[in-house]
Amino acid sequence: MLRSLALASLAVLALAGASAAEALKLRIGVEGNYPPFSQVNADGTLSGFDIDVANALCAKLSAECTLVQQEWDGMIPALNAKKFDIIVASMTITDKRREVVDFTNPYYDVPSRWVAKDGAFADWTPAALAGKTIIVLRNSPRAEYVAANYPDSEVLAVDKETNVYLELAAGRGDIAFGSSVVSSEAFLKQPEGQGFAQVGETVVLGGGGGGVGIAVRKTEPDLRETLNGALAAIMADGTHKALQAKYFDFDITPKS
Amino acid sequence: MFHGYLPMILAGLGVTLGVSATSLAIASVFGLAGAIAKLSDNAVLRAIANAYTTVIRALPDLLLMLIVFYGGQILINRIADARGWGYIDIDPFLAGTLTLGFIFGAYLTETFRGAILAVPRGQIEAAEACGMARGTVVARILLPQMIRHAIPGFTNNWLVMLKATALVSIIGLDDMVHRAGLAAAATREPFTFYAVIGAIYLAVTTVSIIVLRGVEARFSRGVRRAEAA
Amino acid sequence: MIDLGIVEENLPAFAEGLRITLILLVISCAAGFVLSVPLAMARASRRPWVWGPVWLFTYVIRGTPLLVQLFILYYGLAQFPWIRESAAWTLLRSPWFCAWAAFTLNTTAYTTEIFAGAIRAAPAGEIEAARAMGMGEWAMFWRIFWPGAWRRALPQYGNEVVMMMHATALASTVTIVELLRVARDVYTNYLVVAESFGTVALFYMALTFLLTRLFKALERRYLRHLDPRASQGEPRVA
Repeated sequence: MLRSLALASLAVLALAGASAAEALKLRIGVEGNYPPFSQVNADGTLSGFDIDVANALCAKLSAECTLVQQEWDGMIPALNAKKFDIIVASMTITDKRREVVDFTNPYYDVPSRWVAKDGAFADWTPAALAGKTIIVLRNSPRAEYVAANYPDSEVLAVDKETNVYLELAAGRGDIAFGSSVVSSEAFLKQPEGQGFAQVGETVVLGGGGGGVGIAVRKTEPDLRETLNGALAAIMADGTHKALQAKYFDFDITPKS
Repeated sequence: MFHGYLPMILAGLGVTLGVSATSLAIASVFGLAGAIAKLSDNAVLRAIANAYTTVIRALPDLLLMLIVFYGGQILINRIADARGWGYIDIDPFLAGTLTLGFIFGAYLTETFRGAILAVPRGQIEAAEACGMARGTVVARILLPQMIRHAIPGFTNNWLVMLKATALVSIIGLDDMVHRAGLAAAATREPFTFYAVIGAIYLAVTTVSIIVLRGVEARFSRGVRRAEAA
Repeated sequence: MIDLGIVEENLPAFAEGLRITLILLVISCAAGFVLSVPLAMARASRRPWVWGPVWLFTYVIRGTPLLVQLFILYYGLAQFPWIRESAAWTLLRSPWFCAWAAFTLNTTAYTTEIFAGAIRAAPAGEIEAARAMGMGEWAMFWRIFWPGAWRRALPQYGNEVVMMMHATALASTVTIVELLRVARDVYTNYLVVAESFGTVALFYMALTFLLTRLFKALERRYLRHLDPRASQGEPRVA
């Protein structure tokens, strides 16, 4: 079944870092609907950068991992309800989210981008977008950014990032504000993205620490530290770079 | 035409049917218990049964599902933590079937209650006068005749429940609707896939109606019907 | 413990969600009612070419889930470039129109069957008397069939309106922020079940209660002729 794919990571104890006497069991929440970071293939398996990072961390920790697919909308509630132990689903670290969960150090960082019909907007200031409909993912830092800075625009909030571009293509909004990577890989470079283009410069949202991290419950500081250690390890030994190169020809390593 | 996603969707039909059938079984248990409680001499039982049917029928199915899925899981977690048990998962299948069973149990309570009342009291009295034990009366006299009266309401609830299972996809159950959504997102052809599952639902509905009509005919053998003018 | 502060803080959002829910309910049921009267008339007819198409419509709509119907209208139709370029697109691109259309079609199908059944249940005596008086088809429908039919249909129709009120929760799947969506947002942001879903449950129960009382009052007034207690006293003998 798609919901949980059993991934048996073999305990290869030759590498430094793995000292657990018994295998750590981890259930990992993933989305499956955020290409190219996570998607479901026709045969039901999961693939993508997030998936690869999750698997790499498991290998580093010699842990027994199970991937649990979860709708983005219910991701944090599901973590809280212990449906899984960590979230590896391109979740941006924000102060608001920090109130309910803890994050590891970031494992990638990409800016945001405005996308609209080619030539529709020369400028993306609040004045230029007044009265227009901005499509954005609900309950996300981008939604907060839009709400704070574009009070005169209409907002169409959708429940998953892929719907942002779906609604833009369908003409239900005038301009979309989303991840620079997803907008280019999953939309602008695809047939349905023909006739659409980036508007202005990429935007780096401030606040919260920046970057995308792994969420864990507030009651599990040890797990967080363990994951931080494994993350640092895969970044140091080049695994992270190799995984990035599979999908991107630009660098998405977090700067800090 | 379906870009290779059809097998995945048909497998989802299996999940949908599994959820429906399991929910129906659970709902029948709740329904029978509720009907008996509503007809009992015990005022407390009657009050509980009334509260059950009133509250459940007052809330949207989706809300109840979310409450059971999130609230139920958190409740179980608290109990498990307090008792020192490990994590007990309420997966979407369990949450969905329990909720649907619980919800439609309230509707079936009314159906079964009406069906029980429709069996002539004289037969029950006669059976008791013959010295039959309570259990035997229920098994031999009440239930077989009750089924005939319950079938129309039962069919109706089955059909409604079959469609309500589509809502379980919203709490993440990997059923036919969910898979159609994934296929639609991957191929950018939502119409194709949603139309297909619409047709599949229609087919299942049709088969259900035919089968349940057959069951009703079987249980109505020998019953005289008023001739239509 | 229940944090009423969270409820208070989000009360404007809850109120707005309730308002949206009510608007959806009213516009869908009103349109559905208006459409279903002529359709029920056709459905109760004895001519196969009249009741046939209506039967097909109600069969397909009642045989498929509302969620799927909604997705076909909102996501499905947007798939076709010729629809996106047509005049109908100004309507179809709006989530409100799609939700209203899906709910209306759905309630029309169910209401048509309810009214058709009530029309068919007209007492034979009334029909004979009308024919004996030489009433035409049209007059017979509006004066004899319809008044009795909608009264007989009241209990079931009341049920249908309550069901439709519950169904409005599905509008959240096409970006409309109705009451249940507000509950889910509060839950996602605060992770509290009682303050989010519990509050909304109370709202829905209150709405259901009000609707049920409304229909019971209508039944008491318009079905008085069927009420055994309405005629007081002993039955007259001779």
